[in-house]
Amino acid sequence: MNLAREFTKGLWKENAVFRLLLGMCPTLAVTTSAENGIGMGLATTFVLVCSNLAISAMRKLIPAQVRIPAFIVIIASFVTVVQLCMEAYVYDLYKALGIFIPLIVVNCVILGRAEAFASKNGLIPSLADGLGMGLGFTLGLFILGSVREILGSGSLLGFSLFGAGYQPFLLMILPPGAFICLGLLLAGMNRWEQG
Amino acid sequence: MKDTLRLAIALTLIAAIAGLILSLVEAVTREPIAEQRRLETLKALQAVLPPLDNAPDADTVELIVGTDKKGKPIKRLFYRGRKDNELSGVAFKVVAPEGYSGNIEIMTGITPDGTVSGIEILNHAETPGLGAKIVEPAFKGQFKDKSLANADWRVKKDGGQFDQITGATISPRAIVKAVKGGLEYYRDHRGEILAEQEATQ
Repeated sequence: MNLAREFTKGLWKENAVFRLLLGMCPTLAVTTSAENGIGMGLATTFVLVCSNLAISAMRKLIPAQVRIPAFIVIIASFVTVVQLCMEAYVYDLYKALGIFIPLIVVNCVILGRAEAFASKNGLIPSLADGLGMGLGFTLGLFILGSVREILGSGSLLGFSLFGAGYQPFLLMILPPGAFICLGLLLAGMNRWEQG
Repeated sequence: MKDTLRLAIALTLIAAIAGLILSLVEAVTREPIAEQRRLETLKALQAVLPPLDNAPDADTVELIVGTDKKGKPIKRLFYRGRKDNELSGVAFKVVAPEGYSGNIEIMTGITPDGTVSGIEILNHAETPGLGAKIVEPAFKGQFKDKSLANADWRVKKDGGQFDQITGATISPRAIVKAVKGGLEYYRDHRGEILAEQEATQ
């Protein structure tokens, strides 16, 4: 078992956003700015790492017939923990992400890793897998959020880039902009892969 | 049968552990969350009210301002700001139901004579880049010093004197209407809102 490979596969080769196209609901919805992308990505990473660890630790105790409900309960618990902590300690980000925090529960990246990896592997590989997948997801959201923020608001992480004269390309921070932007990024990455 | 029991026990155990962890986290975060919400209200109150030196969120009166579709009473909390024990302003939340997407919640601050001292948008889901510009000072600022007597409470497009936002008339129109409604309620119920001043102190 190559730990480094378990970690890095989530960053690029099996990147949840750009390669597997999983978790599209939060990906498209919250990436109106780079900051939102990072926040959502890190919250998801936390849940993913915790649920991977918990499920890996309990994988021999959970009967196969009820594994999916058991996974959902575990994931939902961690999501609620994240939600409560964010509301208590990073209130502004909590308000910005709003409804999409509880929706981490149904992010198929998390259930997917629980089913495909953590329930079949030990603690350490599951940790590496969760971290890699989570950070890869964060990276994807950050890139998408940055592009949309630069074009749609003329700023990056809240800092204005082009001065007051810039006429923002509004479409990019509206929902259609998310689809267009993701599509173009995917096309570019495919082109690059093929060399 | 034996197998079913095993499954039930496993799931029950997992749910019980999850419940235990959640109740612990809830207990730890309850105080900070309540404090965050209080701070948020307080920040909005200080932004909309004239200078004050009391805690307006501790000096409130709750009135029933109407009924909703199901006939349930709608309650509204009036926060009273004071300076040197003199009433300096009253703030209350109004809801604009006719926003472009969903309700817009507005904290409105007024001086005792019914002139707006400031508004603050608490919650909205308007379109980013268009309707969402209602949170910018350029828009919010134009409500200051306006009263029912000295302003025409309509957006310019409708013949009034409030600037709409380019590309978004619906959101400003909803807000102007909601704030106007708040001012009218204050005019008609001034006595009740300012009553019990001594009783609450």
